[in-house]
Amino acid sequence: MAVAALLTTPRSGQPEAYDPMSQDLVNVEVNGVPMQARKGQMIIHVTDANGEYVPRFCYHDKLSVAANCRMCLVEVEKAPKPLPACATPVMEGMKIFTKSPRAIGAQKATMEFLLINHPLDCPICDQGGECELQDLAMGFGRDIARYNDQKRVVKDKNIGPLVSTDMTRCIHCTRCVRFTEEIAGLQSLGTLGRGENTEIGTFVEQAVDHELSGNLIDLCPVGALNSKPFRFQGRSWEMTQHAMVSPHDSVGSNLYGHVLRGKLMRVVPRTNEAINETWISDRDRFSYEGVYAADRAQKPMIRDGGDWREVDWETALERTVAGLRNVADQHGAHQIGVLGAPSATVEELYLLARVGRALGTANLDTRLRQRDFRDQGADPLYPALGVGLADVETLDGVLVIGADLRREAPILAHRLRKAALRKGAAAKVAFVNTAALEVRHPLAAQVVTPAAALVATLGSLLKAAAEAAGQPVPAHCAALVAGANPNETDRAAVAALLSGERRAVWLGAQALRYSAYADLRAAAAALAALTGATLGYVPEGANAAGAALVGFLPHREAGLRALPRPGLDARAMLQARLKSYVLFGGVEPADHLDGETGAVAAADFVVAVTPYASQATLDAADVILPIGTFAETSGTFVNLNGTWQSFGGVATPVGESRPGWKVLRVLGNLLGLPGFDYTTSEEVRDEARKAAGAEAGNVQVAAYAGTHVPVAGEGGATVSVPMYAVDAVVRRAPALQHTPEALRGAAAV
Amino acid sequence: MAIDSVTPVAGKAALLSEHTRHEIDVWLAKFPADRRRSAVLAALREAQHQNLGWLSTDIMDAVADYLGLPPIQVYEVASFYSMFETKPCGRVHVSVCTNIACMLRGSDEIVAYVEKKLGIKTGESTPDGKFFLKQEEECLAACNNAPMMMVDHVFHENLTPEKVDQVLDAVQ
Repeated sequence: MAVAALLTTPRSGQPEAYDPMSQDLVNVEVNGVPMQARKGQMIIHVTDANGEYVPRFCYHDKLSVAANCRMCLVEVEKAPKPLPACATPVMEGMKIFTKSPRAIGAQKATMEFLLINHPLDCPICDQGGECELQDLAMGFGRDIARYNDQKRVVKDKNIGPLVSTDMTRCIHCTRCVRFTEEIAGLQSLGTLGRGENTEIGTFVEQAVDHELSGNLIDLCPVGALNSKPFRFQGRSWEMTQHAMVSPHDSVGSNLYGHVLRGKLMRVVPRTNEAINETWISDRDRFSYEGVYAADRAQKPMIRDGGDWREVDWETALERTVAGLRNVADQHGAHQIGVLGAPSATVEELYLLARVGRALGTANLDTRLRQRDFRDQGADPLYPALGVGLADVETLDGVLVIGADLRREAPILAHRLRKAALRKGAAAKVAFVNTAALEVRHPLAAQVVTPAAALVATLGSLLKAAAEAAGQPVPAHCAALVAGANPNETDRAAVAALLSGERRAVWLGAQALRYSAYADLRAAAAALAALTGATLGYVPEGANAAGAALVGFLPHREAGLRALPRPGLDARAMLQARLKSYVLFGGVEPADHLDGETGAVAAADFVVAVTPYASQATLDAADVILPIGTFAETSGTFVNLNGTWQSFGGVATPVGESRPGWKVLRVLGNLLGLPGFDYTTSEEVRDEARKAAGAEAGNVQVAAYAGTHVPVAGEGGATVSVPMYAVDAVVRRAPALQHTPEALRGAAAV
Repeated sequence: MAIDSVTPVAGKAALLSEHTRHEIDVWLAKFPADRRRSAVLAALREAQHQNLGWLSTDIMDAVADYLGLPPIQVYEVASFYSMFETKPCGRVHVSVCTNIACMLRGSDEIVAYVEKKLGIKTGESTPDGKFFLKQEEECLAACNNAPMMMVDHVFHENLTPEKVDQVLDAVQ
């Protein structure tokens, strides 16, 4: 089926004629108060902007207008009937009454109809207490039902492991239908049947299969669509709400954690228009289940011979210090390799870098899946997208290289989709990948090339760009372009990149993991320079930028100071088969390239500072120091725009586990390091930030200034990591592991 | 625009016969090129004929594929309109109007006669799969010559038992 034909025009909450930038103002009056509104705005926008509440179910700020619930009926002077505020444009001199007897009467009548078929099962409904229908029934419902006939019953549908359905509760607002069509990009839910037999469903029972599908739960104004993992786990009013930041991708989506008696019960979006708007990915929403996995390390453990023994913190930390000192004394500190998770916090990585350097090793790295570090000296200050997330929607030409964006950074993929569907001059988007991707927006070109030919393909694109732009190829890329023979698709991709004013070239995770990444990056940088595009990165983990800024790198200290004697990068550490490794933040074999060497399992002394005592960790480690996951520690992530986002510890750490920064603080004290007397993570953060010399919100990153000469080598390879296998927490989230996406990922590996 | 040739297809749409695709193309030509969804109703009618009186999921998927729509948008239309059947039924659809004008003119007796003649109740199909006696919900808009029935889109008015015999016996 032609994908292009499936695409539907995105509709924001306004009709075609409405221009959000219009300065054409009209004068209206709402409840007797004169107001100004932009021409063509809907009444509900004006009342919302001015704090006049109008009840609604089907209207949603991010979706098209359906006007089918009729809850927002208001009285308009001279109009013969009440009018729906969500679908009535304002006009000069309009007098609107939202609380007049006529308006209230219409709203109450609508409510009575909506409640005719709605079950009175609020006491067992998970939506109870946070239900729009319940709230509005308090305001507009009658005390006594006048409808004494039988209520209808609708069979529930199984739409997958993430979203539960109680379809009898549905009031047919169609927010979910519009979400699948307009945001997910492929309508999978629909309105089936007619009249009283109308049902929302999929017809052929199937999972709603999209990386943002969990947002259906928030959109549903009643209890029809709810969180399946959270079903019957708690009541909304019993829980407390705490701000969190997503640890799974470099976007840094803002979250709320809902906590019951110290336990994280569920995760919902925290609105931040600059980052994730009102959406979060399913990975961010349901990964919390992994926090309470069966293999959580409950107590510090040390290995005596072949047997593991649970000990107190003091013993475990002393064993850690003694073991590491022993390695340093006998073999030299350069035999210690420190591998940090790219989702560890700024505070943790800053302290871990200090501890590692004090021990005398410069072998520090979070770039666990990267394979080529030849050109790391030319890395930017931190891996940055180069364009603000919200500004992605204003881009005109984008070339994405080696990135499965929907899986790597779903929110970024959504922003790019909005750009590609923008009204008027839409952005032209092209992909260069090793496999064809299912993209739900128009693509100017999708260049699919074998991994081995990735750099050569960029050579073709460079040649096409030089011809199209009428400029010479940079001298250092001459060899790359010499044998190039661009085809139609290559030229289309370059034409896309050359369109409009604002252009970007992005390197995704698969590019960063490419075995000849230095060549790939140099070629991409030349292409960006030739086309006037910014070169951006979509790194793995929530804190790749933070790790770079605080100097958790083998070749740089905080503040971009290059080390005279760089340590080993992540891959070199494993290939060198060091005597000792420190694994921090839930680093497991699936996170790095140890499969090639088996170095960790073979090392003399391995410290695992981790939330999880998995079998692989038990097999390889000598000390396990249990630390909290992202939910149980305060900390900071720096996203791909360089935005520092701090959060507090949300849940009580499991067992005797402790926040990682506290463990490192004590470790620093035991090592006798000066200045390790922090009392809060904020102190650590402020110090780290000073050392990094970084400004919050800084997206200005210098263009690639390297001198690497790209060569199209043979046999280049990259690694594809399934969406729900990116880190230790996600791999342990059962609901996510049962999604069609996870099953596909498992089949691919 | 004259439709000289049928759009070649692959995949699920290949389930549609050349004749069906030709008929759909005629309808597609009536709408702007980017409004293929507009042809859903006509396409489903043709597909239902091809599939001997009802719409299987496969044939609806074929229509969706041919029109380039998400399948759910086709299911929505098929489940909404009473002229589409999404469960197996007889090939020839017999609908006796029972709305007010026809009722006053004796449609109840006509229904009873048809039921007796075909040996089935309203909503059922004959065992040989030939006739489907449909529960008609709406007025069929031939009140001036009530009672009436529709047999495969053709109106038969001023019905008497004899006329019902003639009509149904003539069906191939």
